[in-house]
Amino acid sequence: MAEYLIRNGFVFDPVSGVNGDRKDIAVKDGKIVESVSPSAKVFDAAGKTVMAGAVEIHAHIAGPKVNEGRNYRPEDKLFNAASGVGGMRTTGGFSIPTTFKTGYNYAKMGYTTAIEAAMPPLYARHVHEEIRDTPIIDEGALPVFGNNWFVLEYLKNRELENTAAYISWLLRASKGYGVKVVNPGGTEAWGWGLNCLTVNDPVPYFDITPAQIVRGLIEANEYLGLPHSMHIHANNLGNPGNYTTTLDTFRLAEGFKANNRFGREQTMHHTHVQFHSYGGDTWGNFESKSDEIIDYVNTHPNLTIDTGNVTLDETTTMTADGPFEHHLTELNHLKWANVDVELETAAGIVPYVYSPDIKVCAIQWAIGLELGLLAKDPMRCFITTDHPNAGPFTRYPRIIKWLMSKEAREERLNTFKHAEKVIGATLLHGIDREITFYELAQMTRAGPAKALGLKDVYGGLAPGMEADIAVYDINPESPFTPDQLEEAFSAAALVIKTGLPVVENGVVINNGNKRTLWVDAKVNENPQVMRDVEEKFLKYYSVTLNNYEVQGHHYIPNPYAIQVDATQ
Amino acid sequence: METVTLTIKKAPTLYLEAEIISPDGLAGKTADQIRALPVHMGNEEFTLGEFFDLAGAPGATAEETKVVVTGDLSRVKYLGMKMSGGEMVIESDADMYVGAWMSGGTLTAKGNVDSFAGIGMKGGLLEINGNAGNYTGSAYRGDWRGMQGGKIHVKGNVRSDTGYFMNGGEIVIDGDADVHVGTHAEGGKIVIKGNAKSRLGGQMVEGTIILLGTVDVMMPGFKYVRDEEVDVDGKNMLMSLYVGDLGERHRKRKGEPIYGKLYIRKAAPAAAESREVRLARAREARKARFASPEETASA
Repeated sequence: MAEYLIRNGFVFDPVSGVNGDRKDIAVKDGKIVESVSPSAKVFDAAGKTVMAGAVEIHAHIAGPKVNEGRNYRPEDKLFNAASGVGGMRTTGGFSIPTTFKTGYNYAKMGYTTAIEAAMPPLYARHVHEEIRDTPIIDEGALPVFGNNWFVLEYLKNRELENTAAYISWLLRASKGYGVKVVNPGGTEAWGWGLNCLTVNDPVPYFDITPAQIVRGLIEANEYLGLPHSMHIHANNLGNPGNYTTTLDTFRLAEGFKANNRFGREQTMHHTHVQFHSYGGDTWGNFESKSDEIIDYVNTHPNLTIDTGNVTLDETTTMTADGPFEHHLTELNHLKWANVDVELETAAGIVPYVYSPDIKVCAIQWAIGLELGLLAKDPMRCFITTDHPNAGPFTRYPRIIKWLMSKEAREERLNTFKHAEKVIGATLLHGIDREITFYELAQMTRAGPAKALGLKDVYGGLAPGMEADIAVYDINPESPFTPDQLEEAFSAAALVIKTGLPVVENGVVINNGNKRTLWVDAKVNENPQVMRDVEEKFLKYYSVTLNNYEVQGHHYIPNPYAIQVDATQ
Repeated sequence: METVTLTIKKAPTLYLEAEIISPDGLAGKTADQIRALPVHMGNEEFTLGEFFDLAGAPGATAEETKVVVTGDLSRVKYLGMKMSGGEMVIESDADMYVGAWMSGGTLTAKGNVDSFAGIGMKGGLLEINGNAGNYTGSAYRGDWRGMQGGKIHVKGNVRSDTGYFMNGGEIVIDGDADVHVGTHAEGGKIVIKGNAKSRLGGQMVEGTIILLGTVDVMMPGFKYVRDEEVDVDGKNMLMSLYVGDLGERHRKRKGEPIYGKLYIRKAAPAAAESREVRLARAREARKARFASPEETASA
């Protein structure tokens, strides 16, 4: 394989503690190395910013829910379809882009790894087919466990080993990466037309509470020693006053210790916290409670979060939180899709327009930024848009601009239709902090990689790590405008993925060599769980086991399996 | 106003997509620049000059430009798309998407046009002298933001789904309308001077439909409320007002729900009487059918 030398850029790499020094980065055989031979191809990065490839910890970018969004929103592709040039493929879509556009757009922004945030195990084959068709970026997918009948039954009976054995089996069957929980118990309750809005609301029939589900899954996650922690979208998303439910959820992780060989320290990752940081009790007195939320996060190192920034765009909300999507369509009267996934989960989809003229939307926008700015440890607070729920991931450069420039966010804040009311209901106006390039690398590279248990692989530029590198055409030592910042992060000057140049001058030039991440967790043989699986497939599932498992080259042509041994 | 005339010189083998042909697309350009503008057929790009002869010249801006398109345009799509001002005349039949998303100016199609004419229209006047296809003045597939403003005047007939998801503006049809008119409408006004078939205002939330001719089948979601005088082309006509669609949500103003309005010409008294007679007969028949054996016996 070829050798490359990225010469003389301003390097920001929290993994090796490099903060803006002028350094050369050497690449050989797909890895970062100390030095290369004189025949290495040289990229001149003088006056430019060099970081590791960014890591997306939470986005809905592949699978049946995303595809149903594409299906029922042809208007999302209106006026933005483009035919392929060179070896590239036809692209289209804004909030729910085609798989090819998804891969290209992440790569263009310097993202080289992404986690699909909610995989319904029954449709894991579909998820993996889309992942396979998303070029360049390495991807893993988190199967959802928080409303799964096996899990609910095992946890109700306090059967930890069986829960862990089932997780191990399902990760292998679905080729999943970790344990995702969406509205624990609430989505199952939705099957009865109900919901769980607090951590203590009982789930109908199963007679278990969200608190028991969450604690049980954390325990099983640590029993297995998985690279990632339990990854949760808590109950009561999107409702005024829901911050108390969020704090209650955070507290469920107390008392657990992270047990893994991957250097992960947290036992809970709480996703898109912006949607969970609301005060007030109506839309009229809706306000930010980001301070209360972030105070808890700041003082509890067992927790990582991602922001879920509202980008003020027209987008397509989609989540396995079925009852929430019904609530949303009742609010905005736009088209609603709802799916029940047998014994496992459900999903809903509703288009949504985050308008700067609507007070609530502007407050949501402010809350997302407050979380990023008030978080004391950028290694535990990551930038996301919960794509496409709070906005498309292609707006990351704009969020970066708002986080790194008080001037840019004040300009936005002061031109809202209800600017005064928004300022009154939020903290953003009083926050002076501007995220630095180093902190940005923590929030988008080193931090999420560590939280995923991939700190030795992705998110850094230390020798031995994957050669995923992004070079941005911005000089951190000379003056620049906020818009230049956004522009630079929108189209990287150079992106190298696993040692292969994939983007040059903001243009995708190569379809890359993507891999699918999954976790192969070995446990002791567990005949009871295997018998339960067979029985439930015979009794309830609409498919047989043979048509369920994700196997073979067709689904995962280029696997990257992470081995975990929990046999004892 | 300057006039530029485009005459099609060879029929496209497939369909030609020529959204560039509009006052906005041509204004301020030289003849050579216009000939070099892109048009698409299948997955290939061509120049406007390969398909059209050019005469005259455009004005500096769309407002100062009149575009005349002549020849057989029955395989040309998107004529006048997104025009914002000025004038455009299509001398013959045209294919789909005439005047789609237009926001201003006057566009006259002298022949028939195919489907999706004036979809997502925001302003201006679209006159169609012949017939129009399906989805005239509607929303793009999947979108909930249909016609927002402006006026579409079809002198002939329209096919189905006129004014689907209409939010504002006006559509006047001199001829007949096929099924589904004003479906999902949340505003705007549709006048049908000829006859309608069925499903007028299905799932309509707000807006107005005025029907001067007859309707084959009424929607069950509409109820008669009263007779009202309605102004049509400056003439007051006594019409029956039906409101609906009662199956949909309706916002309230001062505690009163706002419904979609469907005006239908008040039936002649003779017809009304015969309807009463017909209903009475149906009632009697029903009674007889459901009467208990004892009652039948005692009767």
